[in-house]
Amino acid sequence: MTSNSLVYLIALPLIGSAVLLLAGRRADRWGHVLATLASGSSFVVGLYQFSQMLARSGEERAVTQKLFSWISVGSFKVDAALMLDQLSICFVLLITGVGTLIHIYSIAYMSHDLDRRRFFAYLNLFIAAMLLLVLGDSYLNLYVGWEGVGLASYLLIGFWNQKPTYATAAKKAFIANRVGDLGLSLAIMISFATLGTVSFSGVKEQAEHASTGALTAIGIMLLVAATGKSAQFPLQAWLGDAMAGPTPVSALIHAATMVTAGVYLIVRSNFIFDAAPTAQLMVAIVGAITLLFGAIIGMAKDDIKKALAASTMSQIGYMILGAGLGPAGYAFAIMHLLTHGFFKAGMFLGAGSVMHGMDDEVNMRRFGGLRKFMPITFATFGIGYLAIIGVPPFAGFYSKDKIIEVAFNAGGVKGWIFGCTALLGAAITAFYMTRLVIMTFAGNKRWDAKAHPHESPALMWIPMVLLAVGSVASGFIFSQGNSLRNWLAPVVEHEHEVEVELLSPAVVSILALLLVALGVGIAVMKYLRTEVLREAPENVSIFTKIARRDLMQDAFNEAVFMRPGQKVTAALVDIDKFVIDGAVRGVARLTQGSGSALRTTQTGYVRSYAMWILLGAIGLVATIWIVTL
Amino acid sequence: MNWLIILGLIPLAGAFVLSALPAASELLAKRIALVTTLAVAGVAIAMATQFQRDNVDPQFVQSYSWIPTFGINFAVGIDGIALVLILLSSLLAPVVVLAGWNEAAGGRWSVKTFYILILILQTMIIGVFSASDVFLFYVFFEAMLIPVYFLIGGYGTGARAAAAVKFLLYSLFGGLLMLAAIIGLYVLSGEQGGHTFDIAALSNLQMSSTTENLLFLGFFIAFAIKAPVWPFHTWLPDAADSAAPGTSVLLLGVLDKVGTFGMIKYCLVLFPNASKTFTPLIITLAVISIIYGAMLAIGQKDFKRLIAFTSISHFGFITLGIFAMTTQGQSGATLYMFNHGFSTAALFLVAGWMAARRGSSTISDFGGLQRVTPIMAWSFFFAGMSSLALPGLSSFVSEFLVLVGTYTRYPVAAIIAAFGIVLAALYILIPIQRALHGPTTPGNESLSDLNLREKIAIAPVLAVILVLGFYPSPLLNVINPAAQHSISQAGFSDPLPTIETHSTAKVGE
Repeated sequence: MTSNSLVYLIALPLIGSAVLLLAGRRADRWGHVLATLASGSSFVVGLYQFSQMLARSGEERAVTQKLFSWISVGSFKVDAALMLDQLSICFVLLITGVGTLIHIYSIAYMSHDLDRRRFFAYLNLFIAAMLLLVLGDSYLNLYVGWEGVGLASYLLIGFWNQKPTYATAAKKAFIANRVGDLGLSLAIMISFATLGTVSFSGVKEQAEHASTGALTAIGIMLLVAATGKSAQFPLQAWLGDAMAGPTPVSALIHAATMVTAGVYLIVRSNFIFDAAPTAQLMVAIVGAITLLFGAIIGMAKDDIKKALAASTMSQIGYMILGAGLGPAGYAFAIMHLLTHGFFKAGMFLGAGSVMHGMDDEVNMRRFGGLRKFMPITFATFGIGYLAIIGVPPFAGFYSKDKIIEVAFNAGGVKGWIFGCTALLGAAITAFYMTRLVIMTFAGNKRWDAKAHPHESPALMWIPMVLLAVGSVASGFIFSQGNSLRNWLAPVVEHEHEVEVELLSPAVVSILALLLVALGVGIAVMKYLRTEVLREAPENVSIFTKIARRDLMQDAFNEAVFMRPGQKVTAALVDIDKFVIDGAVRGVARLTQGSGSALRTTQTGYVRSYAMWILLGAIGLVATIWIVTL
Repeated sequence: MNWLIILGLIPLAGAFVLSALPAASELLAKRIALVTTLAVAGVAIAMATQFQRDNVDPQFVQSYSWIPTFGINFAVGIDGIALVLILLSSLLAPVVVLAGWNEAAGGRWSVKTFYILILILQTMIIGVFSASDVFLFYVFFEAMLIPVYFLIGGYGTGARAAAAVKFLLYSLFGGLLMLAAIIGLYVLSGEQGGHTFDIAALSNLQMSSTTENLLFLGFFIAFAIKAPVWPFHTWLPDAADSAAPGTSVLLLGVLDKVGTFGMIKYCLVLFPNASKTFTPLIITLAVISIIYGAMLAIGQKDFKRLIAFTSISHFGFITLGIFAMTTQGQSGATLYMFNHGFSTAALFLVAGWMAARRGSSTISDFGGLQRVTPIMAWSFFFAGMSSLALPGLSSFVSEFLVLVGTYTRYPVAAIIAAFGIVLAALYILIPIQRALHGPTTPGNESLSDLNLREKIAIAPVLAVILVLGFYPSPLLNVINPAAQHSISQAGFSDPLPTIETHSTAKVGE
């Protein structure tokens, strides 16, 4: 089926962004309204598409729209074309829905910023690029959106780039992402060289005939791409620093949408991973490592945004793990992605609301006892908290439990390792999230003098409330009668595999809840029963110190890549100057003519040049004369 | 009279008019130069509309007997590749004139002379891309050096005289080798049925592999110096550092393309077997250029030198695409030449404006420009994104085509070259952070933003970069037939997807 209206999804926010950027200061008064309307209209188009889709039967729900022929050289033919299917509509609604809420929130949050118009221009640019990412019908179209969101992310992390550390954070994110993008471009190259196509439908068709080796190579390169964009091990180091961006950005880009693009990429490429078990296993391993990695960092952070960022990294680890478990896990990876989109965006907006009242303070050791002063923020944040730690009937319970269950069902040693890792992660999540909530909203007041906590204006709390509603209801809706799984089945499930049950769902749920209770309990003992200090204690174990330094991720990158790279670069600059250019100059000096030319540079270089021309001309004519004789 | 000759004569006529002016009427000289270059751009576009894109034979062919004793003809004619490069040079010239409105002031000679040199150079550029007689090509190839030499030496800054001489010596050295090879071809043609310099006739010569290899090298080294390819590159940073920004744009954006153009039009066509023999070596040099140029760019402290080294990296991509011997590589390389012209023009012009305002092109002298001169900063940022080949901008299409075209035949080279993607992010984002971000550093507080003339000069360049990123078809449609033709002339065809070979094998069983 084709549709003529898919392009509006992208065009509306793209035009909004262009208008805001080109109009400049003239748009300062109305720019934020236009941008919010653009995002909102895109959401309406998305709802319309969704309703159309519901009216069609399962196999006919996907629609496409060819815009124009983009690149066509020899057999390399790529159209600018869009495709909306059951998988991409989930993202479209998440991106435009949550995106619009965050636009609304930002109107108030950024109201004192002189550059608010520029902020909204970037937000709209992001929405357009992210929609292109999920709507492109080929890997190359996806690539445009993929780097487009990277650009928007760079611009927004560095929104306040007059601060050097923020500018560095933006650059770091771009470069880490570029390493991932290298993977994506290699995947596309391998795909064209081996399968002769780069469109999703083409690759899906050809994948059956391809060798496992080729598919494994493509799969691993796609995984590299996913680790960059989704802050997964080993390309995770940029996400914490990315919190330099304004908090609505952290909510939208670095929690709900962009960072989940890696999950989209892997689920979208299910036909590759299902035929390349090694690559698929690597996906699951990366997810499992990252979910622990992020959770451990989350335990040690005092900066509320960095703690939430670590949590995002960990939760995306769950999604990647789910996606790495194949057809059994794809739907639950997407389910967790959607529920996480609600509760994590909600909590980030809550953190922004807290910062708004606390003079932009992010150190939780300067918070405490805020629940009385910010009741709505506390309530909505609390719902998000219950959702993320997986308390029934909140959303995270449904989605995370399912991933843990599927992890066990992977069977054998693999099943035990992935299952136990996911369970352990759940316990740690419960611990660090409880710690975060207690340090912020409960206990004694540890505020700075400048802090005047108050509830945020309605433009800010209404989006928070709506996201909280999603955090309550979405898990139930998605799992009711396996609705999301059935919805996605035409895209991600090929044949029904027989599922082995290592542990029954009830056992998994009970185990998970017990561990969550344990995590909550320890956090309560540690942070509610004993007083939280205004300064982070220094006499802590080496493990805490390492965790506070993000498990030495920056130290590692600097020691292994950055400093040696700088040394090599500096050495090459010298080599170029003294060895290569030196050799050339040496050769030049050896020849008499050039030597004299160099000597005459100061005075008569025009004459020496004329000499050369003359000599050349004479030589030319003479040679030809001799030759024809 | 035909399109090409009219096109080539317009700037020459402009130069004559200028030479009649008194030296004092500077403004009039600038206006005449601008009108002339705009006229050339208009005629070039009109010519492009008359081009039959699916016809692989040379078009707008014209031939006059020039030196009959030696069988030399004044013969011109272009294919799609040459057309795209003529368009590039014709479109960039008015931008350069407008952007560098005050560049000639402070030169060794008058303002008028500056524009005469530019216009003469334009005629020669059109000539070098149009020539279909090897001797005529050589004449333009060498004669081009003269105006460039005077432009660098007379209107540059710093150690301009030394840079001009270095440029000249390098080029003359290359030219000498090419001359020897041309004479060799001429001798061979005499032995095989009549002296000629006609490219089509020369491409049918029979020669021993040793002869072919030697003659190939004569041409290739000349082109590798011009392009430049590692390790023949050291003249470029010095020249770019010393030349005025507009001259640098013409030098890096247009003139250096004569080298890569020559590789396609002369090396591959005249010496297909030698091209094959030397491909592994050239691919290696190209990959070294990509990585080496990028790493050197990262290590630069000066904007102009940095841009020069990024160009060395980009020329590596172009050379790689050419010698990958696939349609994607060849088309991508040609498109890359065009796109690199525009993105380098944007980078150099904005860097030039920044340097003129600040009185320095040292990166660390800048800081926080985004908040002082937002439009200038954004123009630089945009150009930088094009240079690092951000998808959606024109360079992405060409760079990706080169990589994908290379991968199908030389996967290892393509994989190493692809690391250039990451290095490009470094060499662009590091100077952007230092110069545009952070707090405004002392000496930058009162810099003025772009004026109307500068905005008018840069806007079309940025627009072309954006439009061709999403819609490269107008150029690709012209390039593709010519690229395919040159691949098949060199005796290659695109590798099939490995899966196809699998399935045909199965059918065979």
